[in-house]
Amino acid sequence: MTMQLGPVTRLLMNDKGGRYLLLALAALAVIVPLLNLTMAPGSALHVSTYTVTLLGKYLCYALLALAVDLIWGYCGILSLGHGAFFALGGYAMGMYLMRQIGERGVYGDPLLPDFMVFLNWKELPWYWQGFDNFGFAMLMVALAPGLLAFVFGWLAFRSRVTGVYLSIITQALTYALMLAFFRNDMGFGGNNGLTDFKDLLGFNLQSDAARCGLFIASAVSLMVGYVLCRRIVNSKLGRVLVAVRDAEARTRFLGYRVDKYKLFVFVVSSVLAGIAGALYVPQVGIINPGEFSPINSIEIIIWVAVGGRGTLYGAVIGAIAVNYAKSYFTGAFPELWLYCLGALFVVTTLFLPKGLVGLLERIRPREKSASPTQSEVSGDAVATTGSAASTPSEPSRPAAADLRAGKAVEVSPSS
Amino acid sequence: MQAKHLQQPSILYLNGVSVSFDGFKALNSLSLILAPGELRAIIGPNGAGKTTMMDVITGKTRPDTGQVLFNNNVDLTQHDEAEIANMGVGRKFQKPTVIESLTVFENLELALQGGRKVYEAFFHRLSKAQKTRIDEILTLVDLSARADELAGALSHGQKQWLEIGMLLIQGPELLLIDEPAAGMTDVETEKTAELFKAVSKQHSLVVVEHDMDFVRALQCKVTVLHEGRVLAEGSLDQVQKNQQVIEVYLGR
Repeated sequence: MTMQLGPVTRLLMNDKGGRYLLLALAALAVIVPLLNLTMAPGSALHVSTYTVTLLGKYLCYALLALAVDLIWGYCGILSLGHGAFFALGGYAMGMYLMRQIGERGVYGDPLLPDFMVFLNWKELPWYWQGFDNFGFAMLMVALAPGLLAFVFGWLAFRSRVTGVYLSIITQALTYALMLAFFRNDMGFGGNNGLTDFKDLLGFNLQSDAARCGLFIASAVSLMVGYVLCRRIVNSKLGRVLVAVRDAEARTRFLGYRVDKYKLFVFVVSSVLAGIAGALYVPQVGIINPGEFSPINSIEIIIWVAVGGRGTLYGAVIGAIAVNYAKSYFTGAFPELWLYCLGALFVVTTLFLPKGLVGLLERIRPREKSASPTQSEVSGDAVATTGSAASTPSEPSRPAAADLRAGKAVEVSPSS
Repeated sequence: MQAKHLQQPSILYLNGVSVSFDGFKALNSLSLILAPGELRAIIGPNGAGKTTMMDVITGKTRPDTGQVLFNNNVDLTQHDEAEIANMGVGRKFQKPTVIESLTVFENLELALQGGRKVYEAFFHRLSKAQKTRIDEILTLVDLSARADELAGALSHGQKQWLEIGMLLIQGPELLLIDEPAAGMTDVETEKTAELFKAVSKQHSLVVVEHDMDFVRALQCKVTVLHEGRVLAEGSLDQVQKNQQVIEVYLGR
């Protein structure tokens, strides 16, 4: 245990936000299932299965946001099509769950899923083979989005498609996939998608145990994903990514093959998104082509921007906060939600360039500077630099602190 | 032609290089030879093709015709920017380009020779020798005291110096430097000229510059470019007396 904790603790030494996040996730992964399974439904401490699933869903979104922050926050790749990788991972999981239904389907066919029987198909298409095996399906969860990202990224980055142009083609990618998956003859259930799942690894998906298991799996995946991303970002590789974001041509003239670095993080990010999708599908019970919708991908960008770009934990906070708000608003004022989302993005861009994380950092140092000398010094620093943010804690280098944070949250894609 | 240039060893040999953008000839059959260890200043009015020449040498722009031989044997026109950089050609941009959200130290660490592959970068650990090398360069460019500050917080002149430090730590044989004195104070300009003279003992340098005082301080051979070709070559005094050069600079 200590052997494994060693490198991880070292990794988190300068990552206070990350430490809190991992602790919170670990606590949630234990407490939430415990309160769901051991407390009586009437008790005040009971967490309903509905809540467990809702929280699990948020964690999947958080993993997806983390994946996007890795490429957007650190490498300046503004992907407006990351929902596609999420959906592909989800479909791979959905295919496994469909094969698990077997004879319990409406038509009772032992091999063919209901929608294929309905379409009068006689045999299972070749690409549905093997999905009855959990291991194979999990491989596909990573491989399908990873391979698509590899081919797409290889073409795009080698041709040096950057900035807005890259954003537009990623958007086109997810849109094209949505149209393709809507077609019945694609063999993925057309616009109904895949649903009516029964069980996963033998556990009834409706059972509390399965829901809690999926919740724990989501929390653990998010934690592992976070540590992986932190490891990448903290290495020299991560600094090359930042160099690509800030000065792509300079990086090239330093002798780095920028296209390969971009391709690497893009593939890692897409696999993380695919895993998020795979965990999401059994919890919500359906995957359909709507998940490829371009709007979904744009929403992810809003989560990351709201949370605070280029911090990793900010993306997690943003995804959870925005989706909590979404759950609330779509329940209380359903017709207002899209306006709120739009307003949120505008407000974040204009007033909170560093997102919620930036807001927290702005509040914290003020509490610290209790001693009068300290605040006098910081007052001077504020006057000379003209920025009230983040100065008091390190009055000698205010501009530096501002710049690092400011650079990381620039909303426009770097050209 | 081939035999002729082989007689004299050269670090860089441009042979009849032409580049045109939408019919405008940025470089017009430009030929130039740079000896190993040479320090060369390139001057010329705006639009003479100085930056385009840099672009061709570093692989950013492919010439329409001509070849660029590095070390007598490699044709640089067949390679891309990263490959050329790794062969030992460093380039400094006109506008100081450092990675602003990384520290001065991290900037130099990235520029440090070797470890350019993705997996190498992922597993990279700074060795003691590498750290010493970074410290040496920090001292050379006078940034030791600011090693842990973000590069974006440096003054304009310091950014120029950091970028020069990044070039040097790449360990290049040939350095291409575009307008280093732009935006520098007189003291900084003087120090920069001294630095280049010291550096040229181990590296070959091509310096593009507008500032005649700076060029004079370099005390080196000067090439005058005009309309994409070499107009004159020689010491600064010689080219300044050249009638054609006077016409180009004063005639318009």
